[in-house]
Amino acid sequence: MDVNAIRSQFPILDQEVNEKPLVYLDSSATSQKPLAVIEAINAYYRSDNSNVHRGVHTLGNRATEEYEGAREKVRAFLHASSVEEIIFTRGTTTSINTVAASYGRANLKVGDEVVLTLMEHHSNIIPWQQVAKETGATLKYIPLQADGTVALEDVQATITANTKIVAMTHVSNVLGTINPIKEVTKIAHEHGAVMVVDGAQAVPHMRVDVQELDCDFYAFSGHKMCGPTGIGVLYGKKELLEQMEPVEFGGEMIDFVGLYESTWKDLPWKFEGGTPIIAGAIGLGAAIDFLESIGLDKIAKHEEMLVKYAMDQLQTIDGITIYGPEKRAGLITFNLDDVHPHDTATILDAEGVAVRAGHHCAQPLMKWLDETATARASFYLYNTKEDVDRLVAGLQRAKEFFGDVFY
Amino acid sequence: MSFTNLETLYRQVIMDHYKNPRNRGAFDEESLSIDMNNPTCGDRIQIHLLVEDDMVKDAKFEGEGCSISLASASMMTQAIKGKTTKEALSMSEMFSDMMLGNDPDTSELDLGDSEALQGVAKFPARIKCATLPWKAMEKGMEA
Repeated sequence: MDVNAIRSQFPILDQEVNEKPLVYLDSSATSQKPLAVIEAINAYYRSDNSNVHRGVHTLGNRATEEYEGAREKVRAFLHASSVEEIIFTRGTTTSINTVAASYGRANLKVGDEVVLTLMEHHSNIIPWQQVAKETGATLKYIPLQADGTVALEDVQATITANTKIVAMTHVSNVLGTINPIKEVTKIAHEHGAVMVVDGAQAVPHMRVDVQELDCDFYAFSGHKMCGPTGIGVLYGKKELLEQMEPVEFGGEMIDFVGLYESTWKDLPWKFEGGTPIIAGAIGLGAAIDFLESIGLDKIAKHEEMLVKYAMDQLQTIDGITIYGPEKRAGLITFNLDDVHPHDTATILDAEGVAVRAGHHCAQPLMKWLDETATARASFYLYNTKEDVDRLVAGLQRAKEFFGDVFY
Repeated sequence: MSFTNLETLYRQVIMDHYKNPRNRGAFDEESLSIDMNNPTCGDRIQIHLLVEDDMVKDAKFEGEGCSISLASASMMTQAIKGKTTKEALSMSEMFSDMMLGNDPDTSELDLGDSEALQGVAKFPARIKCATLPWKAMEKGMEA
């Protein structure tokens, strides 16, 4: 993989921040966008912009073809069997909320359980808290091992005959843990529960095959995989989506509308009320083409190399604590002794290095780690070993800076 | 950004308050206590106030946070001690105004060590850290 050639596709990376060349290590929050994506959106607005599924005119046909073409690209990318199973949403949050509000509300009752893990992002906790409150169902959490992984014995012990939904992240946005989704799905199915997967941190970085995983729902966002913000996907098995009621009602999603009753369009459109996110979907399609042109396996390998190098380098710093398991996705969450992560991030920013600091929208996990906040460096296909070196140098600087002023 | 710029953020006096916080703790007697957190980062500050006859007799703080939020809390408890509640609220306004990049008008009231936090105005992501204890104090006064 020619990282320099890849970097040249990302104009934003070619700049100085605080008089230092930018090192962007916050792709888990949002990735940067390649020219191919920026230009696809630009081209759509410049020459094809029109509403979809209704125009008789030529622009309307072009927009519809491009929008539905993007859906087919997503289907192939996820290895789903049909485009009817691909619903465009605003992002992972909206995708999970759709499952909770539609499937959850209709299928949960008092005594039923929704099973989560302690490492979930808020977007895979709060929708379930809300639907549990409404239906009287209870939430249960699968505990974590000391290294931040999930043991299948604990999964077995937590899921019971009363469990109706298991919701789990594919990759932890804090620990980098890669969860055994296929195995957990099997256990969920043995107990008659459906499996909902938060794939926000997985889809951008590894090959995902929803049929092989056999999960029932899979949610992710476009903006973490080189696509634009405001577009995401909910994959759902057709037989489940068919039984489900839409969550948003209005234009686009209807078949016949009467004064007192209406009927819905077929899948997937019954879940896409209102004018859809046309440019966003086209941008996501371009992002998929871009990632496929490089190869997800190569991207995964590159990140694996970087994270290994970074782990080796970071461990040389005195007073650093690294969270999460040895085998991990392309991100590292850490803290320096005596330096609050906000201060770490500010000093790194002064060095041109962008990292995330805070609770990473995972407060229950922060509590489990017994930290109020942590710093996180996350890698993507455009990052290099030099980026890691700049991070390490910046952290040494933070230590010196706070050490000097302090002691 | 140069080292000098960072030093305008992390001035000696700020680091001193961070490392040797003044008025850290709680009161034995009943006090006005306000919890406030910064939801974007998880920092959490509790401000404890002893208010009598519209006068801040004493102020303390507890909590976890970054150097800026903890130093700001330490400086604020120092600055408002002995001030009337009205004066304390005016000082909070002065402080917020200073975070917008304006020079504080110290002709009638001064912010004490808190003025050292003026450099934070150049770091938009950190302004909330500095204002957190002041906002907590305001909330307590208004209650």
